[in-house]
Amino acid sequence: MDPGILSNLWIGFQVAVSPWNLFYCLVGVLLGTLIGVLPGIGPVATIAMLLPITFNLNPIAALIMLAGIYYGAQYGGSTTAILVNIPGESSSVVTCLDGYQMARQGRAGPALAIAALGSFFAGCVATLIIAVAAPPLAEVALKFGPAEYFSLMVFGLVAATVLAHGSLIKAVAMVVFGLLLGIIGTDVNSGVLRFTFGVPELSDGIGFVQVAMGMFGTAEIISNLELKDKREIFTSKVTHLYPTKQDLKDAWASVLRGTALGSMLGILPGGGALLASFGAYTLEKKVSKHPERFGKGAIEGVAGPESANNAGAQTSFIPMLTLGIPSNAVMALMIGALMIQGIAPGPQVMNEKPQLFWGLIASMWVGNLMLVVLNLPLIGMWVKLLTVPYRYLYPSILVFMAIGVFSLSNNAFDVLIMALFGVLGYICVKLECEPAPMILGFILGPLMEENLRRAMLLSRGDPSTFVTKPISAGFIIASVILLVIVALPAIRKKREEVFVEEA
Amino acid sequence: MKIKSPKDFWAGLMFMGFGVFFLVWAVLHYQMGTAVRMGPAYFPTMLGGLMAVLGLIVFLGSFAIEGPPVPEFSYRPLILISVGCVLYGYLMKPLGLVGATAALVYVSALGGHEFNWKEVTVLYIILMAFSWLVFVKGLTLPFPVWPEAFS
Repeated sequence: MDPGILSNLWIGFQVAVSPWNLFYCLVGVLLGTLIGVLPGIGPVATIAMLLPITFNLNPIAALIMLAGIYYGAQYGGSTTAILVNIPGESSSVVTCLDGYQMARQGRAGPALAIAALGSFFAGCVATLIIAVAAPPLAEVALKFGPAEYFSLMVFGLVAATVLAHGSLIKAVAMVVFGLLLGIIGTDVNSGVLRFTFGVPELSDGIGFVQVAMGMFGTAEIISNLELKDKREIFTSKVTHLYPTKQDLKDAWASVLRGTALGSMLGILPGGGALLASFGAYTLEKKVSKHPERFGKGAIEGVAGPESANNAGAQTSFIPMLTLGIPSNAVMALMIGALMIQGIAPGPQVMNEKPQLFWGLIASMWVGNLMLVVLNLPLIGMWVKLLTVPYRYLYPSILVFMAIGVFSLSNNAFDVLIMALFGVLGYICVKLECEPAPMILGFILGPLMEENLRRAMLLSRGDPSTFVTKPISAGFIIASVILLVIVALPAIRKKREEVFVEEA
Repeated sequence: MKIKSPKDFWAGLMFMGFGVFFLVWAVLHYQMGTAVRMGPAYFPTMLGGLMAVLGLIVFLGSFAIEGPPVPEFSYRPLILISVGCVLYGYLMKPLGLVGATAALVYVSALGGHEFNWKEVTVLYIILMAFSWLVFVKGLTLPFPVWPEAFS
């Protein structure tokens, strides 16, 4: 191992253990767990809600807190999945399958413990992976010109649509929709106001906080209100938390496999925690000698996906930190948070702001440790929270969202935009159009246009520049291959199966 | 022709509508430029066209491939939640945090399954106190607390 990594991590830990950063890390992971436990509100909406608050923090503290929310939500989501058979987060859908069965057999304690320990192990490994993999990647990225960046973004968007559920073509259309919405506002090159329709507030473009809160926040609340409030809580007390020796023996290999798979899938654009947990469950079922035990309380079915989703949540920071390209909606918000702080995300961040970069990485490890230490004793409290009826929760969530959006610039127009995107998001849910690819497109819209323009200017209008430059060509070829693979009937069927299991 | 997949039918129409709109608007109002020096219309025209084509494919596919019907819209929560949020924004200046929060909490609560004046009022008071403590006192966000007429 490169000795530089150790000294870098040392810088990071010095930042991460400063009292205030520890405090924000704790706030982040607690909030994350809270929203992870509560079904119906996800990390995207929460991070969007808290963005305005981070204006007043320094960039390091802001990122540490927001990151804590993301991986904290993975921990919290599993608690609800195991005890209530409802995924608190989309990434813990598969944990319901075996986790809830374990709880019914009176083994909720070991299930929760193995989920937490597996996540912790995965978090440690993923932190190391980021520390090792990020610097060389950033070095490569520094050599990227506009053509490479454009192709990389194309690849990222293609990957995001491939991994979205449902119709591929609708996902691509949503990406394009997002790109178009993203370029509303003043054109940087010509100063022309595009698609602002004479509304002065639109000259800076539509804020992505408003878009994200509408699409993921209000739209989700409206959808939730359609369902009757019929949550069954697994009330029996959680006793004997500690897994038996047999449990550990059964689970350790699953934790390793889940961590490895999750770390890999997390790096992929569009990947992250959700895909990781599904992949890991499928893998566990495949390699198990007793696949018939799955769905009936197999501890491997909890250990694998839970490790994978936490590993994936963390390694999905890699493209964001090294390339400035978000791999999922949460990372898109993180980039937003950085930009609000006046930091342009990209490979230069690591060299120019080592404290920020390594501090964030070290804080992830610290946060994971906090989660494992805090969460197991606090399970009782989280379970109590689940008994709060939704009719109290959703007006509260709305108030926080409205305050957050209003405080962006003390302008009612921002709240109006959020409400409009809520309506759009609700329509999209009804028509089975995924909002996540749209958000990625929305973030990347201006960047893509800028890089396309520069690349074409450099090549004197010759579009072959995207395929004659080797790195750029590599991304384009990879995108095409991905699209072809997914369009193949056999794989399409498989992909549908995976997502059917989720529903 | 029979619509086999209503979800795709409407999604296709939506994509086509937005795509054509962006395309036409860009072409009519902004400079196209050339591939070397792209004008403000270039990128949106490309994207608008692409989106319209994708929408058309989805639209045509809805006549060929079977799909589930569009689930019914619940207009009550849709309207009340959206209106509640908008009211919050536009009432903040004239009525202050006290009035805006009241509008949002009561209107959105009406969008739920059950509405109980007492419960909602308690919830309102709690949320009001929390907003005031955390956002006005704690984070010192410049919100007017009371209606304009009182101050």
